[in-house]
Amino acid sequence: MSTVTAPRQGGTRKQGRKETPEASDRLKAENSLGRKLVAPAIVLMLLVTAFPMARALYLSLFSYTLTAPDDREFVGLGNYLTALTDSLFWTTTLNTVMIMVVTVFVELVIGFAFAMVMHRVIFARGVIRTSILIPYGIITVVSGFAWQFAFSNTNGFVNSWLPFIGDDFNWFAQYETSIIAIMVSEIWKTTPFMSLLLLAGLAQVSEDMLEAAKVDGATWFQRLFKVILPNMRAAIMVAVLFRALDAYRIFDNIFVMTAGANGTESISFLTYRQVIEQFQLGIGSALSVLLFLSVLIVAFAIVKVFRVDLSNARQG
Amino acid sequence: MKQKIGLTVGILLILTWCLLPVAWIISLSFKSQEAITNGSPGFFPSSGGAAGFANYSDVLADEQFRRAIINSIGISLIATTLSVLIATLAAYAIARLEFKGKKFVLTTALVIAMFPVVSLVGPLFDLWRTIGIYDTWPGLIIPYMSFTLPLAIWTLSAFFREIPWEMEQAAQVDGATSWQAFRKVIVPLAAPGVFTAAILTFFFAWNDFVFGISLTSTEAARPIPAALSFFVGADPFNRPASLLAAAAVVATIPIVIIVLLFQRKIVAGLTSGAVKG
Repeated sequence: MSTVTAPRQGGTRKQGRKETPEASDRLKAENSLGRKLVAPAIVLMLLVTAFPMARALYLSLFSYTLTAPDDREFVGLGNYLTALTDSLFWTTTLNTVMIMVVTVFVELVIGFAFAMVMHRVIFARGVIRTSILIPYGIITVVSGFAWQFAFSNTNGFVNSWLPFIGDDFNWFAQYETSIIAIMVSEIWKTTPFMSLLLLAGLAQVSEDMLEAAKVDGATWFQRLFKVILPNMRAAIMVAVLFRALDAYRIFDNIFVMTAGANGTESISFLTYRQVIEQFQLGIGSALSVLLFLSVLIVAFAIVKVFRVDLSNARQG
Repeated sequence: MKQKIGLTVGILLILTWCLLPVAWIISLSFKSQEAITNGSPGFFPSSGGAAGFANYSDVLADEQFRRAIINSIGISLIATTLSVLIATLAAYAIARLEFKGKKFVLTTALVIAMFPVVSLVGPLFDLWRTIGIYDTWPGLIIPYMSFTLPLAIWTLSAFFREIPWEMEQAAQVDGATSWQAFRKVIVPLAAPGVFTAAILTFFFAWNDFVFGISLTSTEAARPIPAALSFFVGADPFNRPASLLAAAAVVATIPIVIIVLLFQRKIVAGLTSGAVKG
């Protein structure tokens, strides 16, 4: 690390260094040092993502089953055509989008309520912060198990706690209730993360502005919608973006809770099943590429939607 | 007064939310296996249905589960150490140096953070088998490193930006060599950030499931989450719930200890990386 510090010249380095040849040498040295320091990170990140992704792109053009490698055959865009014309692809995609929209919306509402409470709490702060990190820290597989057993009709407590549901009701017998159980486990685990990000956003809303609004006679709802929410738009956007992309990749709890039964498969699950369980590297790679593209579309859409919101809110 | 009651109710709701499923899985882990097979609905073990620590001793006696714990601890710790080391270099450069390609690093990190992990499983599966690191520790350490780097880089560069770097110069003016100045002034200031990044990275590696089940096939490298999901045979609707619950509790203990010890740092790291970064 000593070599790292040697060329350091302190905070004023940005000013007035363009003219002298000595300064441009320093600039060059800084440039090359910077690149050397980030090189390992970049190499590693690209090694595990860009290279395999390029390979997926290549493999997706072949009909290729790992168990019969000699039958590998170039099929062009055939795999994509197969995937895109298969109703399974569309039902899993629709299912994934549905899970993403519902869970992120519910998490946003509950997470915001939690953040409001945590923001105002003075006593027991440590206890609450510690508790809220526990769902975040727990392995998703474990939370999937916990909820699967909780919803179970032989051993769980959910049926006996819910008065309007018969004690022997089987949550995992049909699509609607299985997907509810899956979404409950997802929401339980990730709401704390959402609320922590929103809490950080709340901390950036100025108290003076809130006081001023109060003095001007704004109601609680007016303060919430005219002062608090517009001022933490950036934090909300980051939270929604992170969570939405995360929810779009949902896999662990579906694997554990239903193993994809009753049409609860997500697009990640379908891809996994093609590649790892059925060794269909060709069609699996095509699905991988489609999954990646759809994540990009989701990310782009969210950023776009929030931009629209931004300009609207400014006018209002 | 009214507000205080509202707050108290809110706090109780949050605590219930966070701890209820945890209490449930602990309760489940103390039910006897006979009670489970006969069906024992209800939150707490009913009379005669409690098993004491029998499930725990059964789980810990299981060779495969012990291997999985060792795998998880070893792989997560190595991946965390290496990833934080590399991320520290990168974050230092990003926070302190002007260089071409800085934007590229940050964009790459952002894209990788959004990457659907399952997309990579196929090609990595194929590649790892070709070069012979399928079902080995390095086969998991490498993907964990690259997927935790973005988080570590963001968290660390947010931390490093807050460090008053002029202090190092001040120390040099006072007669310290540049190495001394760096070690005595900057390292202590940067240490909490590095530590926070390490905790978050460890969480990721410990939690991973997709790589864990796809890039391993035996107990040679299979980490806990994957081992838990394969704990029993083919029927996912009839698992030995109480045994699994005990195993899940054991797998959760390290995380809970970390949370209890470092909650302040974890919150700071999560929010600084995401909101300020």
